[in-house]
Amino acid sequence: MSLEVRMVKITIDGKYYEVKPEKNLLESCLSIGIDIPHFCFHPALGSVGACRLCAVKKFRDIDDTKGRIVMSCMEPVTEGLIVSVDDPEAKAFRASVIESLMTNHPHDCPVCDEGGECHLQDMTVMTGHNYRRFDFPKRTYNNQELGPFISHEMNRCIQCYRCVRFYRDYAGGKDLNVYASRNHVYFGRHEDGPLENEYSGNLVEVCPTGVFTDKTLKRHFTRKWDLSNAPSVCVHCSVGCNTIASERYDSLRRIMSRYNGAVNRYFICDRGRFGYEFVNDEKRIETAQISPGKNKKPEPIENEQLLSSLHQLFSRNKKIIGIGSPRASLESNFALMSLVGKESFYHGISKKEYLLTKTVSDFLQNSGVHTPSLKQIEKADAILVLGEDLINTAPMIALALRQAARNEPDKEAKGKGIPLWNDASVRELAQDSRCPIFIATPFNDSLDEISKNIFHASSAEIANLGYAIALELDKKVPGVKTWGKDIQKLAGIIALSLKNAKNPLIISGVSSGVEGIIHSALNISMALLSVGSNVMLSLVLPECNSMGLSFLPGKSFEEAVLAAEDKEIDTLVVLENDLYRRASEESVNELFDRSNHVVVLDHLINKTTQKADILLPAATFAESEGTIVNNEGRAQRFYKAIYSKNQVKESWRWIENFLKISDENNSVSWNRLDDVVDSLVNELPLFSKLKKYMPDADFRMLNSKIPRQTMRYSGRTAMNANITVSEPKLSQDLDSPLSFSMEGQQENPPSSLVPFYWTPGWNSVQAMYNYLDEPDASMKGGDPGVRLIEPSGGSKNIYFNQAKGITEVQKDEWLIVPVYKIFGSDELSSVSSSILQRIQEPFVLMNQKDADMITLNDGDYVQLEILKISLRVKVKIENSFVTGLTGLSVNLPGMPFIDIPGFGKFHKL
Amino acid sequence: MISILRSMWLTFLHVFHKTETVEYPEVKPYLPPRYRGRIILTRDAEKKERCVACYLCAAACPVDCISLQATEDEQGRRYPEFFRINFSRCIFCGFCEEACPTYAIQLIPDFEMAEYDRQNMVYEKKHLLISGEGKYTGYNFYKIAGVEIGVKGKGEGENEEKPVDIKELLP
Repeated sequence: MSLEVRMVKITIDGKYYEVKPEKNLLESCLSIGIDIPHFCFHPALGSVGACRLCAVKKFRDIDDTKGRIVMSCMEPVTEGLIVSVDDPEAKAFRASVIESLMTNHPHDCPVCDEGGECHLQDMTVMTGHNYRRFDFPKRTYNNQELGPFISHEMNRCIQCYRCVRFYRDYAGGKDLNVYASRNHVYFGRHEDGPLENEYSGNLVEVCPTGVFTDKTLKRHFTRKWDLSNAPSVCVHCSVGCNTIASERYDSLRRIMSRYNGAVNRYFICDRGRFGYEFVNDEKRIETAQISPGKNKKPEPIENEQLLSSLHQLFSRNKKIIGIGSPRASLESNFALMSLVGKESFYHGISKKEYLLTKTVSDFLQNSGVHTPSLKQIEKADAILVLGEDLINTAPMIALALRQAARNEPDKEAKGKGIPLWNDASVRELAQDSRCPIFIATPFNDSLDEISKNIFHASSAEIANLGYAIALELDKKVPGVKTWGKDIQKLAGIIALSLKNAKNPLIISGVSSGVEGIIHSALNISMALLSVGSNVMLSLVLPECNSMGLSFLPGKSFEEAVLAAEDKEIDTLVVLENDLYRRASEESVNELFDRSNHVVVLDHLINKTTQKADILLPAATFAESEGTIVNNEGRAQRFYKAIYSKNQVKESWRWIENFLKISDENNSVSWNRLDDVVDSLVNELPLFSKLKKYMPDADFRMLNSKIPRQTMRYSGRTAMNANITVSEPKLSQDLDSPLSFSMEGQQENPPSSLVPFYWTPGWNSVQAMYNYLDEPDASMKGGDPGVRLIEPSGGSKNIYFNQAKGITEVQKDEWLIVPVYKIFGSDELSSVSSSILQRIQEPFVLMNQKDADMITLNDGDYVQLEILKISLRVKVKIENSFVTGLTGLSVNLPGMPFIDIPGFGKFHKL
Repeated sequence: MISILRSMWLTFLHVFHKTETVEYPEVKPYLPPRYRGRIILTRDAEKKERCVACYLCAAACPVDCISLQATEDEQGRRYPEFFRINFSRCIFCGFCEEACPTYAIQLIPDFEMAEYDRQNMVYEKKHLLISGEGKYTGYNFYKIAGVEIGVKGKGEGENEEKPVDIKELLP
């Protein structure tokens, strides 16, 4: 911030403080470090003054000794404000509020999953209420079954309204609401059933009591104080939300959101929160296996024998090919690249995905267009979404868009002198006014309700709209006008809106698989940049490390097949990649047939691992340290939560073994992660910031490592006593400055190394206030992660020529576009048992008219013929599709790789 | 000189005192019920496990010698999947008993736990769980707690109202 913020002076309990004027008193006190009990206030949700707990005494002036009680969350800070938090009357008021809230609270903390990290427990202790004087019966409620993610126990509710304010107002959910009146107020659905919103898991953290708790945690319940935690990064999409991964008894117990002021802040989506269960799955590969011959069942093998087998495979003068993966860490991919050499390193993604990702990555590095963080997305005031189904491919960007939609009404509120934290008033004022959001996608999604103009059309038409907008903005953009009048008119409206905005934002992505969409989105941002606009461009990529992988030299999967055709491969190394999800079955089979030996490193059994001659257990994100780069270009490191005891090792450690065999000079010696990063930085200077901004393994606070375990970690001398009564030596973590211990400096570690939130008096997630500069701002010492690409001044005018659109639909054929699902389209999370319950069977979407034409009804099954693949799919009616266009679900369990958009035929079954 | 004689006289008088030696182990000493000895897990009057696996005993334990894992039966009643006390570490402070909200964990007046092999000092749930109520009778946590796990329905506990009918429109 270049502008110095004018501070105001206020007096709290006789002491002077300088605080920011646009905050409320409660927020100001929390950021100074004065604890005021509160329930309904949440930094992301604002204040409504519903719970009456944050009462303080306000004095008129210095002579006023009597004062009056006000709610600090509804009190703006003004120059010369005099308040008292410690005033006996205010204290008694707060204690009596808690006492009355507790009259109906059930006597069940011991069996409540919130116990130990409960905001209500913290507040009760903070106000000093400790004895129940109320003798009358307690009110009770019946609970609801809310699906595989969330448990419901309404008796514990204290009516703070945080859940509906998050679910409805913040996340745009429809199916959770408040029912009944007076002291019978009830929070739930109109009937039993799964919570439909994609962010429902955040209710667990938002609810200050145990009404909404994590159902997946319940199956292996552990209290917060018993968890061993590590700062982690979500691996289920390209946004890279920060998470806390928690372990107990060698299994991953839960994922919580970890604050990162620039990325996800308080929330994560349900895929990220509940997708972790694949780490504990029974399909995990835990031992190295070797197959006695081609297509024979692999057998477990000991380390010594394994080394000798590897010797044959990796000795010199062998033709070795390495296939990397966009879901493996930067270090593992780089290790593989070092093993096989740049010429024989392949990215392991389809040619189409490779080209699109490469285009995106090159453009962001060279064009000078800024890629925004999620926080900057929330500040955009005109937004164009081009062909990306954000809710399903990058859910947190969709959530950020919902907040951005409020920027227009926020401006209005500011003009009328309403502070933005005054949530109810701002919403009342806003009504339906929103900032201009334009969405162009093949079909309807729930973001449509916040958009100003919706454009549902085929990918080619969407690309045309993009080219039209670019041409409208800058006449120099290459392009031939091939579109109709309606597109031209809409393009004019959108171009004007984008041009007039202070922070216009273009969002697109590679999920559509259409070059034209990406190119036109890049053209628009380039055109805006050339007219001097402060344009932001956010491009969604398919996987968690797609961006990082694109920074490494390499080629697409198809080229690996070509190379194999050229000359037979001695050894093929596949790194954490199920190739059958990347290319057609024949081409993958061909590659395997042309390879004499196949070495596969992966976490879970899949079709590719079944082809392996040597199968090695690779550590997941929860068992290893590594760096991944999100779609913004932000490199973030995840740390291991579990110390793996079997043969499971980080992929780069396995590959280092291969390297030692193949490289007789022993030029490589990687003992720990930092050594790999050193080599990476030497090789590719683009990554040099990694060294500067990420604490290395030697980092110490007060001469000690940062403990993963809480101070009250229990069972240390009993948890392994069934195996041997002598306590084992602590597991050592060479790769990070975190220790598997409860000893060490617990207070305020560097922001990227915060394993959990706890400060005295604050056991709940709200303890995070003490790790932030102030609520809702960045973390103390700066937000974690480092942006690898920054716009380097001066635009270079990179424009793309108009791509040839897909040709007209043939007779009896349908143009089929991909439809992604938040639950199911991602490989790893769809193994998770809770997510599995929300995954739909493979389906096609089409409009009613088309369905009538071939006499299909909603729920019928059809046989789909596409690219020599035949597939039984369910028909769903989705009327937002234009005629002749259908959508096919992508990558759901049981579906083969299908290269769409493409043309297919249906036969009714 | 006088003091030596006095001491000898006092010593001599002890010949006529009652003997204090207890013929342990043939004769067992009396220990009050509140004596803090071996730890047990008890059951409620319906013979169901009292332990609800809340982890408070483990958290209270100053030597961290209790470890357990919670699980649930079909009706949602929570109980420990395993419950382990490493008595070779236990200091018999009784904090676990004080922390226990359900009277499940109790210390009893039994101290005869010597073993030749330290490994045998590790007690699992099958060694700890008895079939009675122990020192405290009559208490059943689930009759008071607001949760419904098959012991009682919603609103049928002690001092509870019938569940709210949320469709009722009366003010």
